[in-house]
Amino acid sequence: MESDRDTPSGDALVSVRTMEIVVTLLFIAAGTVVIIDSLRLGIGWNEHEGPASGYFPFYIGVIMMLASAGILIRTLLARESGSESFVGVHAARQVVLVLVPLLAYVGVTALIGFYVASAIYIALFMRYFGRYGWTLNVPVATGVVALLFFTFERWFLVPLPKGPIEAYFGY
Amino acid sequence: MYAILRYRHARIAGLLFGALALNAVGLASDALAQGWQPTKPITFIIPAGTGGGADQMARFIQGVVSKHNLSPQPLVVINKSGGAGAEGFLDVKQSSGDAHKIIITLSNLFTTPMATGVPFGWKDLTPVAMLSLDQFVLWVHSESPHKTAQEYLGAVKAGNDRQFKMAGTGSKQEDQIITVALERVIGGKKFTYVPFEGGGKVATQLVGKHVDSTVNNPIEAVAHWKAGTLRALCIFDAKRSTYTAKVTPNMAWSDIPTCKESGVNVEYQMLRGIFMPPGVNQAQVDYYVELLKKVMATEDWKSFMEQGAFNQTFMSGGQYRSWVESAENLHRDLMKEAGFLHKP
Amino acid sequence: MEEISSLFQGFGVALQPYNLALMALGIVLGVIIGVLPGLGGANGVAILLPLTFSMPPTSAIIMLSCIYWGALFGGAITSILFNIPGEPWSVATTFDGYPMAQQGRAGEALTAAFTSSFVGALFAVIVITFLAPLVAKFALRFGPAEFFAVQFLTFASFVGMGRASPLKTIASMMLGFALAAVGLDIVTGQLRMTYGTTELLRGFEFLVAVIGLFGIGEILTTMEGGLSLKGVQARLQLNVVLQTWKKLAQFKLTAFRSCLIGCWLGITPGGATPASFMSYGVAKKMSKNGDRFGKGELEGVVAPETAAHAAGTSALLPMLTLGIPGSPTAAVLLGGLLIWGLQPGPLLFIEHKEFVWGLIASMYLGNVAGFIIVLTCVPLFAAILRIPFSIITPVIMVVCAIGAFTVNNAIFDVWLMVLFGVIGYVFNKLSYPLPPLVLALVLGDMAENSFRQSMLLSQGSLAIFWSNWLVGSVFGLGVIMLLWPLIGPLVHRASLLIRDRAA
Repeated sequence: MESDRDTPSGDALVSVRTMEIVVTLLFIAAGTVVIIDSLRLGIGWNEHEGPASGYFPFYIGVIMMLASAGILIRTLLARESGSESFVGVHAARQVVLVLVPLLAYVGVTALIGFYVASAIYIALFMRYFGRYGWTLNVPVATGVVALLFFTFERWFLVPLPKGPIEAYFGY
Repeated sequence: MYAILRYRHARIAGLLFGALALNAVGLASDALAQGWQPTKPITFIIPAGTGGGADQMARFIQGVVSKHNLSPQPLVVINKSGGAGAEGFLDVKQSSGDAHKIIITLSNLFTTPMATGVPFGWKDLTPVAMLSLDQFVLWVHSESPHKTAQEYLGAVKAGNDRQFKMAGTGSKQEDQIITVALERVIGGKKFTYVPFEGGGKVATQLVGKHVDSTVNNPIEAVAHWKAGTLRALCIFDAKRSTYTAKVTPNMAWSDIPTCKESGVNVEYQMLRGIFMPPGVNQAQVDYYVELLKKVMATEDWKSFMEQGAFNQTFMSGGQYRSWVESAENLHRDLMKEAGFLHKP
Repeated sequence: MEEISSLFQGFGVALQPYNLALMALGIVLGVIIGVLPGLGGANGVAILLPLTFSMPPTSAIIMLSCIYWGALFGGAITSILFNIPGEPWSVATTFDGYPMAQQGRAGEALTAAFTSSFVGALFAVIVITFLAPLVAKFALRFGPAEFFAVQFLTFASFVGMGRASPLKTIASMMLGFALAAVGLDIVTGQLRMTYGTTELLRGFEFLVAVIGLFGIGEILTTMEGGLSLKGVQARLQLNVVLQTWKKLAQFKLTAFRSCLIGCWLGITPGGATPASFMSYGVAKKMSKNGDRFGKGELEGVVAPETAAHAAGTSALLPMLTLGIPGSPTAAVLLGGLLIWGLQPGPLLFIEHKEFVWGLIASMYLGNVAGFIIVLTCVPLFAAILRIPFSIITPVIMVVCAIGAFTVNNAIFDVWLMVLFGVIGYVFNKLSYPLPPLVLALVLGDMAENSFRQSMLLSQGSLAIFWSNWLVGSVFGLGVIMLLWPLIGPLVHRASLLIRDRAA
């Protein structure tokens, strides 16, 4: 899972160094969350029973914090390296352009059901990124969604979230 | 269980009469309320993982309904086992008024909220019907020197604390409750209770002699019993099982003595029942009661019951409600005595 | 040779035209189920189970087990084409399968995956046919301590060979362990790290995490470069199958080793997912091209696929003989057996001979049929990559969302999937390795439970882990694997020395 796609186009938005620091801080935060609850559960080694509920999570949290603290210190000490770009402005824009609609899609799914949201999502994605005309978008989007509908709701009886439109047809 | 349970059984019997009267009213309204029918697939939630006893029963009901065409809409089974079933119960609790959702319960309806503090209880749901009561049997390996429950528990009592190992399903649930009750009978001598993920695994741990005993449900252990690797010591019911067909070359379910007969005064059975979300009307509940009655009238159901040596008790309406209520109180007492109640 | 004659009677049962038709139908349905992450094998079998009640039990189980084979085959397809594991046991297949697809070798990777699957399954069926009673007894020897030893071995064989920074590997693995710990602790019945939320009660689902980390994460990384860069040309070569087979011949040893690992973990039952990871890890350590693993090495597809299929198939053995399901799908099949009045257990092979041998015969035939069906479709599958990126991407996203949703029927899991996608993207760019994270997530819970169950049995004494030859030797193997980076070069040098002497 190596990233071979360096040299992002455009100006740097965030440097690798900044990102490294942010990620280690998040790791340390996660470690804290784990440790706090482990302490509540008990981190001892009980006689006759072995480790308590929080024993392993506690040490997992501790090791996680130590490892990320190590990475943090190494990043802070290494002045030179790491100043290269983590993501350029243009690349970041591309990622955001995928991520935000995806989030919107999940949000909309919760409101109006899965099938309608999916059709809209596919059509808009094709429109924006592929520059396809509506004459292609709409058939592809509805076709895919119809296929999914029959596969899941009719043949395999797997209920997916549905909204008012499906309810109108009795689902 | 022991004294408490005996007393409660008497109380349940007392309540029965009142409940029957209520039920008669329920039946009268049955005829009037033929109206409601499901208009979309019915979601059938299992608050347990795939392959367990509740899962098997729910999928069996689903199969019988589709095989005999008992419902205009299919049942769609969904497992929601997170947090010892809390996930499934919370889902039903939050689907107020949704008449296209039912849930099958096991003892975790009572034990999970008490042990974890997750806020739900049977009062948040609408009781539909009891399908049967699942039995528990005390099993040892067939090579064990102990031939009766009394002998085995005598050995536990004479041995050291934690010397004997009891495997069971989950923690602070029915198997462990029974284990604690057994400990009480033998004067507080402790078992080492080892929790596993499911009943099938528990049974094989005993067959592989990694533990000394289990309290598996009949259906979880019957295959090994048949094959001669396990020995049934006693059944945790007030009466012996009613199934007289031979399962092993020389024993039928009815040949297993009750624990009380063997001098071990512990009783426990597990609810296999159906509930609905809150806020549904009587006509909707009646639809499911009728549906379940049709399921239970089939030959498939009868043979399924026999395979698992279930105690066939059908209840609905007020009778079911009061049974559930007393069962909840019973569990609260047992969990409290065992020290299993959630400490916030 | 009582087995042989019983088996041929079984072939007679399975080869009836009605059963053959069901077999083909089952395979096709299975492949669909395997391809769509929303339909797990367990799911598909569970849903079709009620439909089979009107059939004779033997026909029904033939169809259902063919669905199971089909799903095993199908899981590899999306892993290779899109880096999205359709099933948990296909995660390890993405490590080399996806890079191969990116290099335009999708057809080769698919052929290798299917062929390995076939070999693994065939091996497992042969083991079931001839060694069933023996093997069933072996499975009974596995108590908690033995399970923990196996989980330790899985870990040991996978860890310690990455190119990533050791600190980052540790951090990533610890995150996996921490995520695995969330939810109900079955040993004490306490809730861990849920902080009173309902959504976290069920913990972090493995499939949700991998769909996000691998699938969504990869799409985000790809999008960064802009769509124009994404020009993977899937060359359509119809003779790709034959050419790949020529190359595969050199991996006989890897395949055999993976078969053994798979059967062992399927029978005990450890599961197909750990088997695929262990097999990948061992192959990487043993192969002379070990350092090229993860960059599109054919052997890196062969090892996990062979083991996953061998495990998936042999998992049916403990189900039939002991009534313990080795996988969720097997659990549902188990339910089916009960409904047909067949009580799984040691006596099934005696009381219901026709059924058992019909099933075993269908395993042979189902695998052959499935293999032929999927192989003929290789060019078709590879052609999916020719669909323009801006059309296939939203469809993948939608299918991923379904996959994440259906694991627990929860919208919350879809949000989690997106979150894991962002984590996967960031980790990729900062070279935090993902495999240790997913391995810890899949094994963390199991290993902790086995460890604590062992401690209960031994009253807190660690001596239980070397108390008998079985647990001791598995542990020993684990230690050797852990130290392999040190031992390996020595062994290599020694073997060269011996060869020189001999020459």
